[in-house]
Amino acid sequence: MSLDRDDDAVAMEKVIAQILEAYPPKAKKKRQKHLGVAQPAAEDEDGANCSGVKSNVRSVPGVMTIRGCAYAGSKGVVWGPVKDTVHISHGPVGCGHYSWGQRRNYATGTTGVDAFVTMQFTTDFKEKDIVFGGDKKLAETIDEINQLFPLAMGVSVQSECPIGLIGDDIEAVARNKKEETGKPVIPVRCEGFRGVSQSLGHHIANDSIRDWVLEDGERDDGGAEPGPYAVNILGDYNIGGDAWASRMLLEEIGLEVVGSWSGDATLAEIARAPKARLNLIHCYRSMNYICRYMEEKHGIPWIEYNFFGPTRIAESLRAVAAQFDATIQANAEAVIAKYQPQMDAVIAKYRPRLEGKTVMLYVGGLRPRHVVTAYEDLGMVVTGTGYEFAHGDDYKRTGEHVQAGTLIYDDVTGYELEKFIEQLRPDLVGSGIKEKYPVQKMGVPFRQMHSWDYSGPYHGYDGFAVFARDMDLAINNPVWGLFEAPWTKADAASNAA
Amino acid sequence: MSQLRQIAFYGKGGIGKSTTSQNTLAALAELGQRILIVGCDPKADSTRLILNAKAQSTVLHLAAEAGSVEDLELEDCVREGFGGISCVESGGPEPGVGCAGRGVITAINFLEENGAYEDIDYVTYDVLGDVVCGGFAMPIRENKAQEIYIVMSGEMMALYAANNISKGILKYANSGGVRLGGLICNQRNTDCELELAEALAERLGTKLIHFVPRANIVQHAELRRMSVIQYDPQSDQAEEYRTLARKIHENSGQGVIPTPITMDELEGMLMEFGVMESEEDRLKALAEADAAQAELEAELEKA
Repeated sequence: MSLDRDDDAVAMEKVIAQILEAYPPKAKKKRQKHLGVAQPAAEDEDGANCSGVKSNVRSVPGVMTIRGCAYAGSKGVVWGPVKDTVHISHGPVGCGHYSWGQRRNYATGTTGVDAFVTMQFTTDFKEKDIVFGGDKKLAETIDEINQLFPLAMGVSVQSECPIGLIGDDIEAVARNKKEETGKPVIPVRCEGFRGVSQSLGHHIANDSIRDWVLEDGERDDGGAEPGPYAVNILGDYNIGGDAWASRMLLEEIGLEVVGSWSGDATLAEIARAPKARLNLIHCYRSMNYICRYMEEKHGIPWIEYNFFGPTRIAESLRAVAAQFDATIQANAEAVIAKYQPQMDAVIAKYRPRLEGKTVMLYVGGLRPRHVVTAYEDLGMVVTGTGYEFAHGDDYKRTGEHVQAGTLIYDDVTGYELEKFIEQLRPDLVGSGIKEKYPVQKMGVPFRQMHSWDYSGPYHGYDGFAVFARDMDLAINNPVWGLFEAPWTKADAASNAA
Repeated sequence: MSQLRQIAFYGKGGIGKSTTSQNTLAALAELGQRILIVGCDPKADSTRLILNAKAQSTVLHLAAEAGSVEDLELEDCVREGFGGISCVESGGPEPGVGCAGRGVITAINFLEENGAYEDIDYVTYDVLGDVVCGGFAMPIRENKAQEIYIVMSGEMMALYAANNISKGILKYANSGGVRLGGLICNQRNTDCELELAEALAERLGTKLIHFVPRANIVQHAELRRMSVIQYDPQSDQAEEYRTLARKIHENSGQGVIPTPITMDELEGMLMEFGVMESEEDRLKALAEADAAQAELEAELEKA
């Protein structure tokens, strides 16, 4: 199905206008700046222009926003996957409990011995701790952790809201405990009320790595010098094994991955990241801060890459290889050539089943643009996309991936998303667990694009095969043919007769 | 049994809230009223003159020792003092840590839930000077105190604080039932003190309940950890507190919704009474001083 994008753009604008009508004037004025249609790009550029959409401001009160908080950004995203470090949810028990096991960050190791990703620690604040301060309890908790889990290589303190309100001096506790135990203790001021979304939590977490891991004293690295091909993977959280699928490819072209941030990471590999020659960043939104820091302080260049779908993988492998010598470049070509037949087979199998199917996405800070080409590799068309917590630079980058006429929605509300789906009737929606069941009840196939719906990996060549299979499973599931009740079908048949 | 009356004393820090309230309550106890004092100040010095002793164990410290406030018994926290007055202090953290405001809320809820307010005629709250957060507004909010008495003096900042507290009362007057009972002026011997106090009371739509004259005997009694009523029942000052106590007792149900004024209006009032000079006067004085200085310098140069 080829879409007439000009007509589409007009139709999309109409849909937006219609949906905005439901809001009171003030909310309407605010929300309309966040909704738009991708405009044709300037002549010398590919794709489209999505910069017209406003982002990274406070959600309108009263709407159902899908955003998280700063604590979610730090504890859930950046710090949570660091496997040999215990992350304390510092404050009352709720935040810790409900953020337990929220992201499928795979990690090797023995849980409870040298890996703690699937465990949950909290200082479990009570009234007493609020009134008299919780510093003592934090110190005791760190002592208990060191006693019970001697192989934990450090502790991070993830602040919940009350910590900022009662003004606990968690930095002092961190310094004392580091002195006592000889292991890093990283205080993170990621109180949930800070900022407008989880995005500030990523930034705060990046800053805490800078201040308390990278800059906090020289670590004994035995005087090791970085190898000529040492790189870090940044912004890959190993959802369903993504980072492993990515690492394999990088190693296959001859690079040495010294640090994985932060999927399947150890604290030590984060500490020695400045030893690498190049930083490769996948999720730009959540880790660009530390890339810029390492560039400024250690002179390490960084480039963005995209390991979703064969087109982007090949493009990225070539771009990464171009940063190194001819050997690596030759290796990259060999690796691309090696996997191409496999990819051709995947596409030959699934493209006929998925050709022309439309997709709407609403995800976090990277995937709304990064997975677009992977769908296109399968012959599918992304008709709408949007971010929970992106900034202006993300929308700028989105233009390179989408076509003009694509519907763009920032911090979309529950109501808007539902209406958009109703009007566009896509063949697939990719978003999160909160959206999944309402969308399926509307009769529209759905895939969770945060957690890969308990599947994965989706990164790399291996991941693309899984991705293609999963999309086919969702869209061509026979259940969608059973959507109509038998008696209404019978009625229709008898009426026709 | 008469209906339980809940009142609270507010005012600028150091104005003599605790001293005034304890002396007044001692006099009220003489009138046969059964009283419970709830100190809402982490310093825990609201009941010292009644108990004749330095701060008792507070609700929050006992709770912290026992594990949580649920592990406490009422008898552990309440002490009886002069005239059968029951005393309890909320307590709180040392300065600079934790959240004292939350402590006040916890302590008051504990007292209510455990029946501390049964078989009592009066519950009084003595709240620390600056209402810095929601916790210290607890007695104003949620229908705790029906009437607020503001202790003040003729000093600018005391008047300013009284006006601010009135704003707090106004904020909750319509949602809850809190009213301003009146002003209590604790004499500081500033210019036109009585007149200023009466004028502010009028502007706020309330009345000056009593003008408590300054007397050294209050200090003498306080040094001995006693109220004047207990220390020297025959003294004139004891009589003053008895009068104040009677007036408060008779003031039941007469509280008003205050009409706080703006900062400009307050300053205008002070100028009216000649306590504060106006901007023009100030500039004039400055010009005169400058002229005198110039003259002096000119003379020095000549010499």
